[in-house]
Amino acid sequence: MFKKNMAPRRMKQMGARSSTDGHFLQQAYIYKVVLLGGTTVGKSSIAFRYVKNDFKESMPTVGCSFFTQQVCLETATVKLEIWDTAGQEQYQSICHLYYRGAKAALLVYDITRKETFARAKLWLRELEKEFLHDEMVIILVGNKTDLADQREVTFEEAEEFAKIKSLMYMETSAKSNYQVTELFTAIAHELLKQEQQEDPGLQLRKNSCVDLQEPNGQTKKCCMS
Amino acid sequence: MAADVHKRKGWEVSNGSLMPADGQQTERSESPTPGLAQGMEPGAGQEGTMFVHTRSYEDLTSPEDGDIASKSPEEGPEERAEQTSMEQISKDFSELSTQLTGVALDLEEEMRPSQEDKTDLSPLVPQRDSVRSGKQEEDVTMDTWRMHQKHVFVLSEAGKPVYSRYGSEEALSSTMGVMMALVSFLEAEKNAIRSIHADGYKVVFVRRSPLVLVAVARTRQSEQEIAQELLYIYYQILSLLTWTQLNHIFLQKQNYDLRRLLAGSERITDNLLDLMARDPSFLMGAVRCLPMAAGLRDTVSSCLQQARAKSLVFSILLSRNQLVSLVRRKDQFLHPIDLHLLFNLISSSSSFREGEAWTPICLPKFNSSGFFHAHISYLEQDTDLCLLLVSTDREDFFPVSDCKRRFRERLGKRSVYHALQEALRTPFYSVSQVGIPDLRHFIYKSKSSGLFTSPEIEAPYVSEEEKQRLLELYQYMHSRAHNSSRPLKNIYFTGPHENLLAWVTSAFELYMCYSPLGTKAAAASTVNKLMKWIRREEDRLFILTPQTY
Repeated sequence: MFKKNMAPRRMKQMGARSSTDGHFLQQAYIYKVVLLGGTTVGKSSIAFRYVKNDFKESMPTVGCSFFTQQVCLETATVKLEIWDTAGQEQYQSICHLYYRGAKAALLVYDITRKETFARAKLWLRELEKEFLHDEMVIILVGNKTDLADQREVTFEEAEEFAKIKSLMYMETSAKSNYQVTELFTAIAHELLKQEQQEDPGLQLRKNSCVDLQEPNGQTKKCCMS
Repeated sequence: MAADVHKRKGWEVSNGSLMPADGQQTERSESPTPGLAQGMEPGAGQEGTMFVHTRSYEDLTSPEDGDIASKSPEEGPEERAEQTSMEQISKDFSELSTQLTGVALDLEEEMRPSQEDKTDLSPLVPQRDSVRSGKQEEDVTMDTWRMHQKHVFVLSEAGKPVYSRYGSEEALSSTMGVMMALVSFLEAEKNAIRSIHADGYKVVFVRRSPLVLVAVARTRQSEQEIAQELLYIYYQILSLLTWTQLNHIFLQKQNYDLRRLLAGSERITDNLLDLMARDPSFLMGAVRCLPMAAGLRDTVSSCLQQARAKSLVFSILLSRNQLVSLVRRKDQFLHPIDLHLLFNLISSSSSFREGEAWTPICLPKFNSSGFFHAHISYLEQDTDLCLLLVSTDREDFFPVSDCKRRFRERLGKRSVYHALQEALRTPFYSVSQVGIPDLRHFIYKSKSSGLFTSPEIEAPYVSEEEKQRLLELYQYMHSRAHNSSRPLKNIYFTGPHENLLAWVTSAFELYMCYSPLGTKAAAASTVNKLMKWIRREEDRLFILTPQTY
């Protein structure tokens, strides 16, 4: 019982895996997505808006929260495992736990607070140390567009930075539900695109590793047929 | 009773079965006597216990954790102050107060509500909420700031502010400087400051290197109790950082600003202070169970027991600070203080209601040097049932998360989820069920199980102030019973609004509140009736058969 449940997770590091529901028509992909950024920039609010389509003044996150959400795209269903981390410094030392194995990172900042933009840049540096450039989709997110009148970080400034670092870039408002769903859909698209662009040879190597927990695992593969 | 005494010895050696398997029921005494041994009182677990065994209140408060008491060599003269146990802190406090202020305050005197106090109290209570929401804005020079019942300050040994309950820490840095100066001044004389009594205030100091905790209170609690609350705050800070990290930081940099690391956690500490002011669990050093049929609880426990993972140490199901079930790894015991910290963490944040939380947490009484990882989630969106799974492995999120799914599934399969929801609907019972007309309220604590029970607080204690006053009366009774220089076993207190009776034995503690019209003799005669009632209901009110994995 216990081991069986462990089985699907063992493939987590591989990013995507084929659906285990027997039939082959549509592939299901699972990706780990992590929300990073300074305190009170709205990481939890973005996650909450996306998963529950609601907004409330939330308390600082303790440790991290975990959500899952399915995104149905034309070609495939993508399941996002969203890790919403705490922005507080006390959790920084263990944050690498949360972004390890992540396929996408959202670097969230608050457009009304310049220092949170700087914090997002620091996060980028941190990620660059841990990941190769093509290993992770990184998206810069300027949150709180509903407070545009107090804006300290201009759209152009952030866009310019994103361009230099070749990041995706979007502005959102979790409060007024602006571009939050679009944000995650864009991530799902990008992840899928990368997956499909991958060298077929690489794909072969990825999916051909032996998983002792999966009986007849090979027969379920559809992409190789 | 000879047999009882013998068994008590056995208790201290192991946590195995306390009683022979056969004839359990006859061994469990019907009408308890003061000589009743621990493990035999109503509410005592039949198969060992869930918690670390604490024989007494003093035991609970003393820093038995070796590494906290043990010192790094470079601290020299402060060593003695640091090792001062809580017992010593409260010992002869009246003497100390004489030395410091020349005024020995009589406890009885303090208990008598003065006219002044009365007028202060009423406007204060409703104010607190508004004050708390705008914590940072509160002006420390204003009278409203001065009017608070209890201030709590935490500072580093360099005199840097770490936490203040009210007002911003920055604005209070000079005040905290003065506090540190007081501490240092007495330490230079190889002495330690414990408390200052002046003008109805108690200023209580607790020194836990590298932190100093100070309370300025106008409540009627004893120093011992205030110091105990300060220790809770200290443990709360440890639960976020670990003792090892805290010490490491200050060894590296003496004037480190700890607020950086604690940012965002102030509300957890605020919540803890508020909780301590209204929940008798902290005073009792015990945990309250959600009353439910024993069969239901056993089913829930076994579901919890079966949904285990390798790295799990404790599985805890709770509802609004009441324990539903606790399953632990064999040979691992949770300390009530650690459980209180976990309860406080959960009640202090609404964010656990969404998704699943995975957070590092140190249980300072269990092991103050490392982190556990806690998986916290509510069983359903709109239920108060919260599942807390404590794991040793930070990588184990998915296996632990799966435990929750399996537990939920099992509850469904054995169709107990509905019954559980039903039990949640009546989290308290009425004191009228006991059938003692003059009895208004009581608190009964079984010492061996670390659990207590207490009915709903009913009329005339309807308003918040009245509830607060009742708890204060219990605090007073408790402090008299546990005064380390003059502990009392039986107390009968006649007040203008109610009479109280306290009875403390080696096995249990009982605090009863009667209508003011009753007599002492009448009250004493009802004790047995209450004890019999608790015995009859014990399998509903307590967890008698705690499970292990």
